Order: sequence, then structure tokens, then C-alpha cells
Amino acid sequence: MTTTIESLGTFETSWCPGCGNHDIMKALRQAIVGLGLEAHKVAHVSGIGQAAKAPHYIRLNGFNGLHGRSLPPAQAIRLCNSELTVIAQSGDGCNYGEGGNHFLAAIRRNVDMTLLVHDNQIYGLTKGQASPTTGEGQVTKSQPGGVTSAPFNPVAVAVAMRCGFVARSFSGNVEHLQAMIEAAVRHRGFSLVDIFSPCVSFNKVNTFGWYRQRCREIDASHDPTDWNAAMRIADTFGDVLPIGVIYRNERPPLDERVSHIAKGPLGRQAVRHDVLRDIMASYM
Amino acid sequence: MQQAPRSIVIGGEAGQGLVTIGDMLVRTLIRSGYGVLVAQHYMSRVRGGHNTYNIRVGAGDVLAPTDDVHVLVALDQRTVTEQGPRLGDGLLILDERLDPGSLNALRVPFAALAGRPLYENIAALGVLAALLGLERAPVDRLVGEAFHKKGDDVITRNLEVLEAAWRWASDHRAASEPLSAPEGPTGRMMLQGNEAIALGALAAGVKFCAFYPMTPATSVAQNLILHAERMGVVVEQAEDEIAAMNMVLGASYAGARALVPTSGGGFALMTEGVSLAGVMEQPVVIVLAQRPGPATGLPTRTEQADLDLALYAGHGEFPRVIFAPATPEDCFHLTYAAFDLAERFQIPAFVLTDQYLADSYRPVAPFDLDALPPLAEPDFSTDKGPEGDRYKRYELTESGISPRRIPGFSKSLVLADCHEHTEQGYITEDAGLRIAMSDKRLRKGDGLRSMALPPRCFGDEAPDLLLACWGSSEGAVVEAAQRLRARGRKVGVLSFTQVWPLEPSQFLSRCGEASEVVCIEGNATGQFSRLLRLAGVTVGRTLLRYDGRPFTPEWIVAHLTAGDSGTSHMQTAKGASA
Repeated sequence: MTTTIESLGTFETSWCPGCGNHDIMKALRQAIVGLGLEAHKVAHVSGIGQAAKAPHYIRLNGFNGLHGRSLPPAQAIRLCNSELTVIAQSGDGCNYGEGGNHFLAAIRRNVDMTLLVHDNQIYGLTKGQASPTTGEGQVTKSQPGGVTSAPFNPVAVAVAMRCGFVARSFSGNVEHLQAMIEAAVRHRGFSLVDIFSPCVSFNKVNTFGWYRQRCREIDASHDPTDWNAAMRIADTFGDVLPIGVIYRNERPPLDERVSHIAKGPLGRQAVRHDVLRDIMASYM
Repeated sequence: MQQAPRSIVIGGEAGQGLVTIGDMLVRTLIRSGYGVLVAQHYMSRVRGGHNTYNIRVGAGDVLAPTDDVHVLVALDQRTVTEQGPRLGDGLLILDERLDPGSLNALRVPFAALAGRPLYENIAALGVLAALLGLERAPVDRLVGEAFHKKGDDVITRNLEVLEAAWRWASDHRAASEPLSAPEGPTGRMMLQGNEAIALGALAAGVKFCAFYPMTPATSVAQNLILHAERMGVVVEQAEDEIAAMNMVLGASYAGARALVPTSGGGFALMTEGVSLAGVMEQPVVIVLAQRPGPATGLPTRTEQADLDLALYAGHGEFPRVIFAPATPEDCFHLTYAAFDLAERFQIPAFVLTDQYLADSYRPVAPFDLDALPPLAEPDFSTDKGPEGDRYKRYELTESGISPRRIPGFSKSLVLADCHEHTEQGYITEDAGLRIAMSDKRLRKGDGLRSMALPPRCFGDEAPDLLLACWGSSEGAVVEAAQRLRARGRKVGVLSFTQVWPLEPSQFLSRCGEASEVVCIEGNATGQFSRLLRLAGVTVGRTLLRYDGRPFTPEWIVAHLTAGDSGTSHMQTAKGASA
């Protein structure tokens, strides 16, 4: 059965009208159809937060896990069944705060999967506290004197660590976002798409207009395999916010480096009691 | 008359090679058909300190470690000082450069026998094996196997040292009585608890293991890594225990039998994931090898103080099963059973061990893989079934168990969720559904209880004294009971290898027939005795050990008859120290 926008379903969501999450879901639906993926061959993983409710709003296999922990199960799912396309979605708090260690480890591990981060530079579900990407000095409900920590730059960190695929996009440009998601899924290895997504309720600084004014598509002359050029783009955050593919490399993903993963889903592989008898003999 | 089991202790600094000597001697003994039990006591350091490798060997089966020592091999002066008092009239074997004090000693010219310090542990092995009256050929063969990767020159040099040591010891045979002939079968494995767990997991078809290194659990993963390629297992060293736990849940969702080994501190980090396994109804096997806490506690010692932690880990209410193996055989079979129950009831299943058992070598007959019962399996079918989100991952059923499909095989979409959810797995806050789902999950506990393993019984029926224990202390408790019975007391033992859930009908009458039930366990507060009391058992006293050392029969007998002492205490039913 071919997947269509309709077959992926429409759901009533708990997201505010105007939230960037709606557009990200629209782009994801279009990307899944565009990529020709079958719904039952996609594992859609999330953590906790407003973005992380996504598995409830689209007809795919879903694993809605714990706050900050979308990446560990997502990687394991792919390692155990490399016939599945694995897409994780969660917010900036989930991925860069609570799950920061997993983010770094996933870049190093390089399992073939895609991480879509709804980056609204604020905590939405808990109603407006600073997130790791909130700008320094920004006044929030729990930081009334302004945020005192410097913001985390996820794409700069990812490029610095030579993450397999690093892109940035904006929920307000669905066509661009769809293209980024498709390129990220096609990339063999760990792919990060950091998506600017305005929070209409709790972030009065980084608004839809603020992003639209600043987002600029990266010049077509940029070579994403040029690490130094990629670092310069990744470090650009201010009056101009570059969107597009910032960096990529061809480091083979972990799931292609472990020979038995290629033999099919691990759960269906034979349990070799004949081999185990030999193994027991080695303990004599 | 058959000799009583002999106790041989090798002591020295970390890095002196005492484990090499011990392992090679134990392998020789097991291959020869002796009964052996090893208790390893080590400090949390790579060099220096004071470690001992305790071997108890007999013609037949050996149940437990003991406090007395018949042969002490001292690789350093500190061993003479610290372990000498355990020796009694036994034999101290030490280098001639060390001072034996007033102990009955055999002073060995190790430097001359070995030529180079590197070979001194082979010299010690040779002297020890010769004095015990072992045959030479098996030791030679073992040296060949142990050094075959290092080339013929190294093997030859080691064999020369072995020959010199053997010849020297032959001139000093009178110093020690040889072991009587072995009565056990040959062809047994030399297996410690963690190795047996790894083999049990492999027999069950474990396909994924994630771990973060932590003593004393690490060797479970190390053994899986050793066989990963041939058995088709993916073992991933995670960035932390939180990741390890959440990885195995993802693996389980994808249809792979999954295991996560850890110890107390690491497990504490996993507890939110345990709760996730509960609500997602995701099968997972957790191996929790206990060591003394709180926090870092005594990181390389043993204790049974994380029963409460395993039982109550994770917020919210959901069923779980906790096995507590007593022996390496149990480690194998209960790990296998844990995979079955985890899948059958879609729950977290625990294998709760401790440092003593994890590191304790015993002779174990190869497991009969053909005799293993079939395991519960998820539904991998590719047939039609309910398509898309019409599939109900959390279908409300009488047993509480919902047919578990695996994503990617059929057209059913599998939605696993951490919130309260609908039968399809969609998030809900509906009060009625909440109750229905909670009841469904807890109903699985009824089925689980009906499959509970009964405790093992030893000794007298209707005894004056019924000793209740769980996990690795069984051997010491059974031997203590034997010693008390030899003194004319009527003593029985009730040994629990499943500590949760308990099925009281399996043991209440036996407990009721005893004049007194004493619960013996390796913690300071009597964690299991509380569960027994909840089950309706009248526990008279608790005998508790929490000094980081394993139970020995002498320790149990002494404290049962004398009461409170040192690092242990005996509590009356009211909880006051006796």
C-alpha cells in the first residue's frame, strides 16, 4: 500500500494554533510520502515535551519514551532491525538539555537514523522556562533577571564533532524543511536537522517574524564536505540564520560495520545452540 | 575416610598474579574431577592493596567458602600478617625472603626456581600443585594453553620453571597431606556466576545487550562480547546507564531479546527506564549484581542489600519478577527463565546476584540445551492482522497480556507509549481507561504469581530451627545446617531463588511446622524477612551480615549460637539487637 498524506492521518493535537510543530508535521508527512516510505517500515521515536507528542499525531510505528531519552531507543531499534527507517523527533530541551550526553554519543556512534529537533529556544510543555538554546539575557518566567548561561549551539557542536549530516531549517518554510528531512533520511549515518520553530505562547523574542526575517538559505556554492566552511556557517547566529545542509561526510554508519546486523532483524535470526555447545566447551 | 574439603588461600597485592595462579590451579582441579568453590576478595585498585583468592576443594561437591585455611600461599608479607591467624596448624607457603613468624611454614626459593620475577607465579603454581599431590600432565597442558598466543619460547620457559618447582616440591612432600582422589565427573566447565548468566542469556537467544562498565556486573557483558559475533549478538557500551536501559527497551520493541547488566549505582540511574518498561509493557531482563552501598560503599565486596531497590525501583505500579540465583547453575537457568517471563508477561525481569556469586568459580556440567523449555515469543507474523493503527498494542484482555506485535513485520502499526494510553497506544487522560489499563497491567501479576518458583527445602522437616535464606548464601546456610544437625539439632533450610512475587501457599505450612524461623541475609535491615512477614511467615529472628564478606558456615553457626558480634547483628522479632 502506498503511503499518502491521507493515510498518515489527521489528528487533533494539543499544540497551540500557530505553533511551528504543525508545520514540522506537515513537512514530515510530505517527506515520508516523497521518500516513498511505507508506514509500517518507519519507527518514529520521541522523548517528552510538546514536540515529543508527535508519534500520537501521525500513523507510523511509534515509541514515545522518556524525557531526554529519544536517542538511545532509536539507535537500538535501528541496530536490531536495519530494515526500519528510524526518525526521532523531540525538542531542544529534550535533546540538548536532559539528553545532552545521548546527543553527543549518538553523533560519535553514527547509527543510520535521523534526528529532527523542534528548536523553539524555550520550554513549552512546562510553560516557559529557559532551554539550552535560549539566548543569554532573555527574560523568562524562571529566569526573571535574564538567562545567565550562554546558549548551546547544536549545529556548531555537531559539525565540530564531524556528525554525519548536519542541517538547519525553519518550520515557516515547509518546502525547505521537507527537502532537509528527505536529505537527512537518505543520508547513510546519523543525521541532525535542527528546526527553528516558534513557540507562540512562551517565547516572545524568537517569534515567527524574528525567524522569517533572519533565515537565509545557504549559498548554493557552499560545499558541505568542507569542514572549515561548515564551521563558519554553523557559528553564524544573529542577524542572519543560515538554513540548509551545513555539513556532511561519508563515515560508514555503525549498523553497516557490524556484520550480523545486515543479515536481517536480530529478533528473527536463529539461536545457534550448536555454536553454544562449542562455546560451553571453551569454559572447560 | 573421605577428607573434609580443604581450604587454600592465595594472598598478595593486586598485580602480583595471584588470580593467574588461582585460576590455573582451579581449572586443573576441575578438569581432574574435584569439587571446587572459589571466593575472590579484592580491593578497588589495579595495583597494590591486599587481595585473596580463596579455593575450597574436596573430593565431592563443595557448598560454601569457609573461614579456616589449610594452605596459605603468601605472595607478600601483608598476607602473612592478615591471613596467618586463619591458618591454625595449616601450612604457610611463602617466599624464603618473607618472614613466616611462628607459623608452620615452607619457605620456597622462588627467585631461584623462577629465574625471573615474571615466572614466580608459575613457580608458585608448581609448588602448590605438587604438594597437593596433583598429576603433572594436566598442569603442563594448561600452561601450554594459557601461553599459546605468546609462542613456543614462552611456553618452554614456563614449563622449565614448572619442572624446577615440581622437583623442589617433591623433596618437600612431607610438608602437606595430598588431596584424596577426586570423585566428581570430568568434562565440567569452570564457571562463575556472571559467565553462567551470559550462557543462559545466549541459550535464550539474547540478541542485544547495552551496558556501562560497573563492578561486579561487567563480566556479564564481557562474556557476551566474547561470543557476540558467533552468536549474532549486538553488544553496545552505552554512554551511561540511562542510555543502556533505554537502549534495551528500544531493542525489545524491535523484537530482539535484550539484557542490561549493572550494579546498584548504575541501576539507580536506570530506574526511570524500569518504570517505562512497566507502562510500555516492554520485556527486558535486568541483571543486578549487588555490591555494598550506599553510593560507592565497598565497591568490590558483596552484599544483598538491593532487594528493596529492585523491588520498588520505578515510579508507579506495575508487576515484575525477581530471581535470586544461589549457584552458577541457577544463574544459567534463571536467566533463561527471566527471558521467558519477561516476554510472556511483557515486564521487567530481574536476575539479582552479588559480587560473591558473580566471581565465584564452580565446576558445572555443560547445560543440556535440548532439555530447555520453549520460550514465549512475540508475534513476528507477517500475516494481515489489524492494519495500521487498528492494531491494539494494549488490548484489554482477561490475563492482562496483550498480543505483542513487532514493528516492520506486518502492516500493523505498533505504538509503544509512556503515558497512560488507549488500547492502540494513543495518549489519553480518560479516567475510565486509566483504571482499565492499570488493572490490566496488575492482572499480569496474578499469572506471574501462579508461575512462582517454590523455595528449595533441605534438612529436617518440622525442625526446631528453620533457616530461611535467598540467593547466594544458600550453600553456606545448608552447610551450617549440616553442622548443627551433626550436633544433634533438628534443622531445616528454606532457600528462595525467586524472591518476588512470592506464593505463600508454597512455604507457609513448612514454616508453621518449625519451632522457629530465622531469616539469614546479607544486609543490615532484613529486607527479605519483611517480605516473608508480609507473606504471613512468623520470622523469629534475623541473622544479618553486612561487612561486605560472603557468608560462611562457621560465621552462621557461631552467630546462631552466640548472637551479636562485630559487623553483624541478630534481631529479635521486635527488631531489637540481641
